[in-house]
Amino acid sequence: MQSEPAKVTKRDLLSLIGAVSGSAAMYHAMTSLGFAADSGYLGPIRLEGDPKGASVLILGAGLAGMTAALELRQAGYEVKVLEFNSRPGGRNWTLRGGDSFTELGGMRQTCEFDQGLYINPGPWRIPYHHRAVLDYCKRFGIALEPFIQLNYNAFLHSTKAFAGAPQRIRDIKADFQGQLAELLAKTTQQGRLDEVLSKEDREILMQALRSWGALDQNYAYKASLVSADFRGYARAPGGGLDAAPIPGEPIDLTDILESKLWRYLQNFALHAFQTTMFQPAGGMDMIGKAFARELGDVIRYDAKVTRIQQDDSGVTVSYVDLGDPATPQLAKADWCVCTIPLSILSQLPIDVGTRMKAAIDAVPYAASVKIGLQFRRRFWEEDEAIYGGISYTDLPIRQIAYPNTGYNSTGRGVLLGAYVFGGANAYELTSMPPAERVARAVECGAILHPQYRAEYENGVAVAWHRMPFALGCAGSWTDAARAAHYTDLCQIDGRIVLAGEHVSYLPAWQEGAILSALDAITRLHERVVKT
Amino acid sequence: MQLKLSLRHVAALMISAALLQVSLKAFAQSSGSEPTLSAGFSFSENSGEELFASVCQGCHMSDGKGATGAGTYPSLAANRKLEAVGYAVDVVVNGQRGMPGFGTMMSDDQVAAVVNYLRTHFGNAYRDAATPEDVRVVRR
Repeated sequence: MQSEPAKVTKRDLLSLIGAVSGSAAMYHAMTSLGFAADSGYLGPIRLEGDPKGASVLILGAGLAGMTAALELRQAGYEVKVLEFNSRPGGRNWTLRGGDSFTELGGMRQTCEFDQGLYINPGPWRIPYHHRAVLDYCKRFGIALEPFIQLNYNAFLHSTKAFAGAPQRIRDIKADFQGQLAELLAKTTQQGRLDEVLSKEDREILMQALRSWGALDQNYAYKASLVSADFRGYARAPGGGLDAAPIPGEPIDLTDILESKLWRYLQNFALHAFQTTMFQPAGGMDMIGKAFARELGDVIRYDAKVTRIQQDDSGVTVSYVDLGDPATPQLAKADWCVCTIPLSILSQLPIDVGTRMKAAIDAVPYAASVKIGLQFRRRFWEEDEAIYGGISYTDLPIRQIAYPNTGYNSTGRGVLLGAYVFGGANAYELTSMPPAERVARAVECGAILHPQYRAEYENGVAVAWHRMPFALGCAGSWTDAARAAHYTDLCQIDGRIVLAGEHVSYLPAWQEGAILSALDAITRLHERVVKT
Repeated sequence: MQLKLSLRHVAALMISAALLQVSLKAFAQSSGSEPTLSAGFSFSENSGEELFASVCQGCHMSDGKGATGAGTYPSLAANRKLEAVGYAVDVVVNGQRGMPGFGTMMSDDQVAAVVNYLRTHFGNAYRDAATPEDVRVVRR
């Protein structure tokens, strides 16, 4: 008899683990068997087993809440979502011309951008390894375009170096790398690495340094057509008569070191920011809107949750309609997935155990400000050949981000004129009236781009601590707080489970919100089908 | 054309440098009602009034009365909880629930100054003052 090869496939093993230990264990096993993509996303969730008409009330129609609602409904649950805002998405949000919003304190802004121009005041970029976000984009047919994190022709700027003149990222990167390579080549030639590397490896290292650092045949980094291949030219190669390239003079290593501009190079090295990054064409809220379209009338907007109660038979959530705040209303369900940010949830009466309550109370919310500015023309492209990407500065605006879309077009354009996350300036800008935030952003930005003065038209400023639906940008976990509280925050407490970026190791990222929701409903479903 | 662009760029840099001088001067002169933008991670404001206007007011508003959306920033006006100096100092240094702690961004003197400002304004009139030593002891 011919026997089949006695080979257990990964799929067989996973089915076995799933059958014996439940889907949560399978999820975990898949991760350890290497099925998982970088973020831990395993592909579309499959909640198998009959929930027998069980109902789930979901609090919050951000990405976490809408992921939970969509997948639970798919699995046979009766779902309902309560959302404070009158739009879906939560922090997944885009501001376009005509959009209005009121911040805490009552100041109202109306965005005056031209048609087609926008900023994403919340999340604005998607790493290639955030596979859950990308998968939902694919399922919803959302067009993606590249988000340019590194543009060599954008600026690095320090108010304390180079007489305040912004430097091209390309020059700092090439000159820093080149002179480090030269230094290491000298060290190697002086025999100081003899004990660390074999003679053969030292020879390879010398080749590598020459290649990596753009060194000349003498292992020197200096003005030459070799270094110009990396750093660009004083006069670029052209065509015809008198078109020979002229190399530029590198910036001295000491100047680069003392300028501290090297610290910004990390923004292009970090895993979270490595190319390829994406943005949805037309605005980040394409994602939130697509979720909401799928969910239809399951979402109840303008609903402010005031209390969350549970007992053996179910969950009761008190809320008011913002149009009729004097009339308390109740929503009941068998289970509850609560995605309300902890900045708000920590203030609500909620029936959970002391450990979960302590966890809910343990996470402060970060200050962050984003400012969008409209200009008469895309001077950054026309005058400076900066197409997309980000300039970094030590000015209070921290960043100027150029639009990664609509390149080379005539007419108006919108810049992200400030993105400040934490630090004194985030609080100081939050404390100013919106018009003053915008004015400061224009004043600071004009230091990098003097064209601001003539071309600026209008702006809009979002300070996340002032956003009524969030009271902060994102959960700000410390290692100590995580060690003490994170596991408790993830538990199913009776009939309530939490989800959102705050219940993830990816704080402030949409991927964290979606993954936490998938994990929460996987465990919840397991409990439901067992009972 | 290339040369022209390059000259324009040089000119732009020179203008940038000039504007920078003006602008830094403006930062340095900021005080009182004109909010400061500090140069580093920590707050450069020194008086309680300045610190309130640059930090606390972001959430608790310029009248100290807080605000309500999906959640609430509590009012600091005529607030009985401020009666205990140590409580106010602890909240500013270490935070509370969604409120971040400012211990790493303010010196002992700055925390004492802003607590003393809060406890003597907005309908609060407590006589005892917070000292830098009160701040030092609550730092974790």
